[in-house]
Amino acid sequence: MSWMARILAIDRRLIFVLVGLGTAIPLLRPVNLPITVTPRVEAAYQTIESLPAGSTVLISMDYEPDTMAELQPMSIAVLRHCFRRNLKVIVITLYPAGPGLVEPALRLAASAEGKERNKDYAFLGYKSGFQTVMIALGESIRQQFPVDFYKTPLDSIPILRGIDSYAKIDLVINLTASSAADYWIQFAASRYHKPLILGTTAVMATDYYPYLSSRQILGLVGGMKGAAEYEKRMDIFGDARRGMDAQSLVHVIIAALVILGNAALMMTRKAA
Amino acid sequence: MRSGPLVLTFLVGTTLIALFFIPHHNAQTINAKLLEWATVVYAFALILGSISLWNTHARKIRLKSDGWPYSIVTLVALVVVTALGVGQGVGEGTLVSRIYNMVNSPLASTMFALLAFFIASAAFRAFRARNVEATLLLVTAVLMMIGRVSIGEFIWKGFPGFTEWLLDVPNLAAKRAIAIGVGLGAVSIALKIILGIERGYLGRSR
Amino acid sequence: MSVVETWIAAFLTLCIFSFLYRDNPFYRFAEHLFVGVAAGYLLAVQYQNVILPNVWMPLTAGPHTPRSIVLALIPAVLGLLMLARVWERMTGPARWAIAFYVGIYSGIAVPGYLQGQIFAQLSDAAKPFAPGWGAVNSALVLLGLLTVLAYFFFSAPHRGIHGVGARIGIWFLMVAFGASFGYTVMARVSLLISRVQFLLRDWLHLIPTT
Repeated sequence: MSWMARILAIDRRLIFVLVGLGTAIPLLRPVNLPITVTPRVEAAYQTIESLPAGSTVLISMDYEPDTMAELQPMSIAVLRHCFRRNLKVIVITLYPAGPGLVEPALRLAASAEGKERNKDYAFLGYKSGFQTVMIALGESIRQQFPVDFYKTPLDSIPILRGIDSYAKIDLVINLTASSAADYWIQFAASRYHKPLILGTTAVMATDYYPYLSSRQILGLVGGMKGAAEYEKRMDIFGDARRGMDAQSLVHVIIAALVILGNAALMMTRKAA
Repeated sequence: MRSGPLVLTFLVGTTLIALFFIPHHNAQTINAKLLEWATVVYAFALILGSISLWNTHARKIRLKSDGWPYSIVTLVALVVVTALGVGQGVGEGTLVSRIYNMVNSPLASTMFALLAFFIASAAFRAFRARNVEATLLLVTAVLMMIGRVSIGEFIWKGFPGFTEWLLDVPNLAAKRAIAIGVGLGAVSIALKIILGIERGYLGRSR
Repeated sequence: MSVVETWIAAFLTLCIFSFLYRDNPFYRFAEHLFVGVAAGYLLAVQYQNVILPNVWMPLTAGPHTPRSIVLALIPAVLGLLMLARVWERMTGPARWAIAFYVGIYSGIAVPGYLQGQIFAQLSDAAKPFAPGWGAVNSALVLLGLLTVLAYFFFSAPHRGIHGVGARIGIWFLMVAFGASFGYTVMARVSLLISRVQFLLRDWLHLIPTT
């Protein structure tokens, strides 16, 4: 067997070892490659930055543990930005396993920026049914969420005084790994004309460029790379930035494998 | 036996469409109430799913099928977490919340993390430039993989800008066409369901 | 997380990773445990967040006017009809619950997709080209949109002008799918990085916490 044919026949577990080492080594010995903030992430940043202090932001964190690697650092960075801008933050989640991720993110961001629950932000908890909640928020937040996640009636939460629907919300941010993004676009942005920013997993990010063009969304943060860019913009060194060296190396490994596989196949065919 | 449910689908569907166009407070209150009822039905559907899960694994245990001891693990976990969640709640500090962080969260993330290994292996073995179209896909994928991470800018300063152009022009065009196609398909299926032309969701008639 | 919880999470993570060598009892144990815990958690959350506030509380602690009772009973009855599917002969009555649910989401879909997706995207596609060199990009976007739509039109054979358009559409699609694939690789690698970060930092303390 020629050496090219041998390459094509290697045990896939060797590839697994290569990918594993490519991930672990940069984490143990970081190089801190520079990160450039791309225009779409900058647009998301500027949308929040341009809000006057005291504006109200509704953040829907719609993801579960399987995608937290990409979305949790993004959520923390966005929350910290909102807190730094002294915006009133209302957080909900439309995923049943969401509260387990939202609470730690809120706690971390709030303690880093010196913010207090009920005074600077409120977490209303989980509600089932994407479109149900998005449409109902157009009428009354209190009907959907009579109490917050900690069972406090909304009327006794200072930050929520006078806020009961989209009418009083200045920006909607959706951080999601699912079709919830489509529904936020359909309802919050198109029907209720609310400014909307999306944070999505990398898998989904390419699908939302048409909505950027049509200005249905004003900014897009995609995947762990997008989260790293946002952290860079915020001057935070979070998990996303820490992972970028490993991301680069593993991408190079996979690209090299693709090129090698094609080169080996071409040379094997030529020899045949 | 099916005409009643078909009429219900028609009435509910047309009502929801009509309510979209009526901004009056009372109409939107009815809208919200109907949607709230739908979420209750969904919650019961999840209970149905859990009953089905129980039945599947209970049958495996009863018949001592291949892997039946693992089914005991599933059923015990299902019962314990449900009982704790119903009794104590699921908020921060509860036992369910700690089980979630200790078990559910790492298992879910790791299941998906496995895909990184398999995608690397599959890319090496199967990603072949066999024709013009496949070559275009392969080249774009490699350019994206390198150009969108830090090392891309290291290799060539213009890489991020070029990949941004790929996303903003050809990708946007194709994804817009797909979005329009998906939208037309969704509207067409929804109308067929409301008008009773599409009846598959009701199951087989007896 | 406490030390014990971290060790349990690390053990379960390694159980799943052991599948990379081959299928084994540790992986199968972790897989079955995940299914049970996830299903139980989902049930508990639905009970606490949907059934309790929307069905149980209105029926037991509510104002008990005829109107409020009827409004609370309707979803309860629909929900129980849905549950009735467990029994084969209750499939008929269960159809009412399914019909209601499907009717709701079909009704939402029509105006939602029309306004939020079709009209908005067609409107953006029909706008004037950008000035200067941007016009080239605008023209390419329009060309891509029309040719991809031509490709997806299967009611006529892809011959002649239609065939040429469809061919160009396929090229645009390949670029878009290549971009999606590149981003998919990025997503999967990100998930792996996160798990390795957990193992090296939170479990083995080989990476500093801050």
